[in-house]
Amino acid sequence: MTRGRRIRNALMGGVFSVSGWVAIVFIFLIFLFTFKETIPIFTDPEVRHEANVEKFFVESQEGPTITDRYVWQPTSDVPKVSLWPIILGTLKATLVGLLFACPIGVAAAMFTSEFAPARMREIIKPVIELLAGVPSVVMGFFALIVLATWLQEVFGFTYRLNAINAGLALGFALVPIVYTISEDGLSAVPRAYREASYALGATNFQTAWTVVLPAAAPAVFASFVLAFGRAIGETMILLMAGGNAAITSFSLFDPLRTLSATIAAEMGEVVVGSAHYSALFFMGTLLFAITFVSNTVGQWIIARMQRRMQGAAR
Amino acid sequence: MRAMNRAARMVFTLTLVLAVAACGGRESRSTFGTDGSHPAPVADNKPLSIKGSDTMVILGQRLAEEYMTANRGTVVQVNGGGSGTGIAALINGTVDLAMSSRSMTDDEKEKVKQNRGSDVVEEPIALDALGVFVNSANPLQQLTIAQVRDIFRGKTTNWNQVGGPTAPIVLYGRESSSGTYDYFREHVLDKGDFAPRVQTLQGTAAIINAVGQDRNGIGYGGIAYAKNVRALSIASDSGPAIAPSEQTVAGGTYPLSRKLFLYYPQNAPERARKFVQWSLTPEAQALVTQVGYFPLTKAQ
Amino acid sequence: MKRRLIDKFMITLLGLSVAIILAILVVIVANIAIHGARAVTWEFITQAPRQGLTAGGIMPAIVGTAALVLLMTIVAVPLGVATAVYLHEYTPAEGLNLAWRRFRVSKGMAGRRKLFFRAMSALLATITRSAVANLAGVPSIVFGLFGLGFFIQFIGRNIDRATQPPGEVLWGQGSLLWAACTLALLTLPTVIVATEEALRTVPQDLREASLALGATQWETIRRVVLPSSLSGILTGAILGISRGAGEVAPILFTGAAYYLPYLPGDVTDQFMHLGYHVLILSTQSPDVEATKPLLYGTVFVLLALTFLLNLTGVIIRSRTRSRIQR
Repeated sequence: MTRGRRIRNALMGGVFSVSGWVAIVFIFLIFLFTFKETIPIFTDPEVRHEANVEKFFVESQEGPTITDRYVWQPTSDVPKVSLWPIILGTLKATLVGLLFACPIGVAAAMFTSEFAPARMREIIKPVIELLAGVPSVVMGFFALIVLATWLQEVFGFTYRLNAINAGLALGFALVPIVYTISEDGLSAVPRAYREASYALGATNFQTAWTVVLPAAAPAVFASFVLAFGRAIGETMILLMAGGNAAITSFSLFDPLRTLSATIAAEMGEVVVGSAHYSALFFMGTLLFAITFVSNTVGQWIIARMQRRMQGAAR
Repeated sequence: MRAMNRAARMVFTLTLVLAVAACGGRESRSTFGTDGSHPAPVADNKPLSIKGSDTMVILGQRLAEEYMTANRGTVVQVNGGGSGTGIAALINGTVDLAMSSRSMTDDEKEKVKQNRGSDVVEEPIALDALGVFVNSANPLQQLTIAQVRDIFRGKTTNWNQVGGPTAPIVLYGRESSSGTYDYFREHVLDKGDFAPRVQTLQGTAAIINAVGQDRNGIGYGGIAYAKNVRALSIASDSGPAIAPSEQTVAGGTYPLSRKLFLYYPQNAPERARKFVQWSLTPEAQALVTQVGYFPLTKAQ
Repeated sequence: MKRRLIDKFMITLLGLSVAIILAILVVIVANIAIHGARAVTWEFITQAPRQGLTAGGIMPAIVGTAALVLLMTIVAVPLGVATAVYLHEYTPAEGLNLAWRRFRVSKGMAGRRKLFFRAMSALLATITRSAVANLAGVPSIVFGLFGLGFFIQFIGRNIDRATQPPGEVLWGQGSLLWAACTLALLTLPTVIVATEEALRTVPQDLREASLALGATQWETIRRVVLPSSLSGILTGAILGISRGAGEVAPILFTGAAYYLPYLPGDVTDQFMHLGYHVLILSTQSPDVEATKPLLYGTVFVLLALTFLLNLTGVIIRSRTRSRIQR
């Protein structure tokens, strides 16, 4: 082999190895830089005067109801930086979204993988994946302009933009995630399981419900976890359709404000280095941590599922 | 296999060439005339960047369009985001002029001095009336400032407590980056806090839209945007209820009138100063009325 | 017979959920198509907005989106393909568990050191795959924060400090370059996963034959593996593009502007963007009645663009897959 070829081979091998590090480096950097801007919350006394962990989670104002006591108003004369209204808003939207997407997604996946004829499956699967291709800003637009009006007309809400409107639109965006992964999991269940069940006299649906679905439970659960991660981090839909009122309220009919929407809306006005700036980055780090944990858990479950499926298929 | 290699290489090179061409020098930038057409490329000139108040952004854009037509070769770009956004950008050094519907705080002026090395110049260019809006179907015609304060602080929660129908009051307000928000908080809420229930919207027009669609809604914003909603007459603590109009605003009798400002550091480039001077000329002030605000009187 | 009836009933319920999902998609698309198609005229696509965004067209937003996406692809695709090639071609195929077990079992054998490095390589591959999956899960707004904190404040400001007169800010602010880099990070996982899938479809025998004939690993990749997986790589690129074209959160603080009187001519320029335009017109519109048709038109163009790209990618992918299965 000529030296040229050998050098080129070694060089390209090096290039590829370096690029292999890219993903690791950037995940690390993302965490580092979002956390870096949060550090003043723990160290800088001027920033700590306005925003610190205690103020985020513990401090409360005078007031009869929890809505009065936990308030997010960072630009007030006396800045109030309780994160509870925002966290609660995030959880409300996620709850409604998952409540909609999970049952419907799994049911559709079951139908597609167990009962639909092959040709129907080839049409349904890409079409539902098309729903995944709708940009979230378009979904938010739809929820703001069309869905909110329709919901208010049908159900007579006091607030046009509320947790149900935003959560429902979020659910629309989550369904393809739940569907795709659950369907993959259901299809991967070995035929032997189904055939054994039929041999024992079970009907189609009984088999699907009591044999196939439990066998695919890890995949289904993983899809829920990934949908959860997506819901927590979703920005546009909730910014446009949620009403943007940071209130500590358990009612689903009230408007809400999520962590990502707060960052998106308030980042534009902050002076770099101010307490408000650090508080927003704190929220960003929180979001990153939550999604990191939920994604790692989801991944681990999928890996276990794959190993188990491979073991069973032998 | 070989043909595909060559084809792939050609596509790749073509893309690269296109990319490089797209990254051409600033000299190739073309601007749009006020009719949306593209005139010939203009001489190289760093664009004047203006940012800030959503209340003022339409005015800013109209002024920019006229200024660019009157001064061929200049480029002015205007962006909104709220007075706070503009002031923050001024402090951060990423814009030349900040539009603001409230005056800068001493703290902010200090930060400009620190970051940009000179004092900030405050230049009012128009007058605005802050309207309190309700849906056209709402029978109310007027409110006192004290009543508005209690409504937006969350103490008054039902329309029947202020003489309206029995229905919950739905509050619409602005983001904290807004000068309108700050002005309202200072002059109506007496520096108190908004009720948590206020739905924060970006931009006065969004508030108008929301109130227009919600018969129980109430909101506030610059009067220039008022369409399909009713601007209430406002009574200050001692006087009668005054409706917002050119006379009452210029005359100072409408209790919620305010100046709209342009801010720039003293050491700002010439292009910023020129623009500000121009906006005080009669032809520019005529635009102010066109957009829906009130020109500065001779006293101001 | 009762069991049969319950069975049929439950299956119908399941089918109903599919119908619901399809209905939602149809309603969204139809609503946008009906209201939007009316607004999309030739002037709409070729003119700039005027009169404070209440009239005119969205041409600068289309150009801005195209420029952004092009730049993003130039950054993301080579990097993503390279990472996928590394993961598939340069790391042991047997996975971490097996590699580690082989090393542990090899007490005192001659190739112990080699097996150790093989196991470490497998570990790195597992961590990298995990990092890719985590990158895919990072919320888009956090990417925006990262773009602001890293690309703009850290890299951009330092470049300014080194190259610009004091006080002037050129690289340390939002621009096409930084927005494209931020978006490239966001779409990287899509490209990596699709490319790995494509690489997997190349039979191992082909690689072994090439190596047996004396080619180096790089030559094998360049002349055998990559050309035959080109369509899969293309799918990944297209899917990544369609995803990047629709994301708005990452560009909020990294360069998007809602009214610029010029087209971006330089990577340091700001840009208008279809998705960002939709956001602004929906929430900050100066006159909601006047801009509603424009808003619908913009949404229509954006949706048409992303759907077209998505559909192309999906079709190519399913055709490649069915070719393999046959």
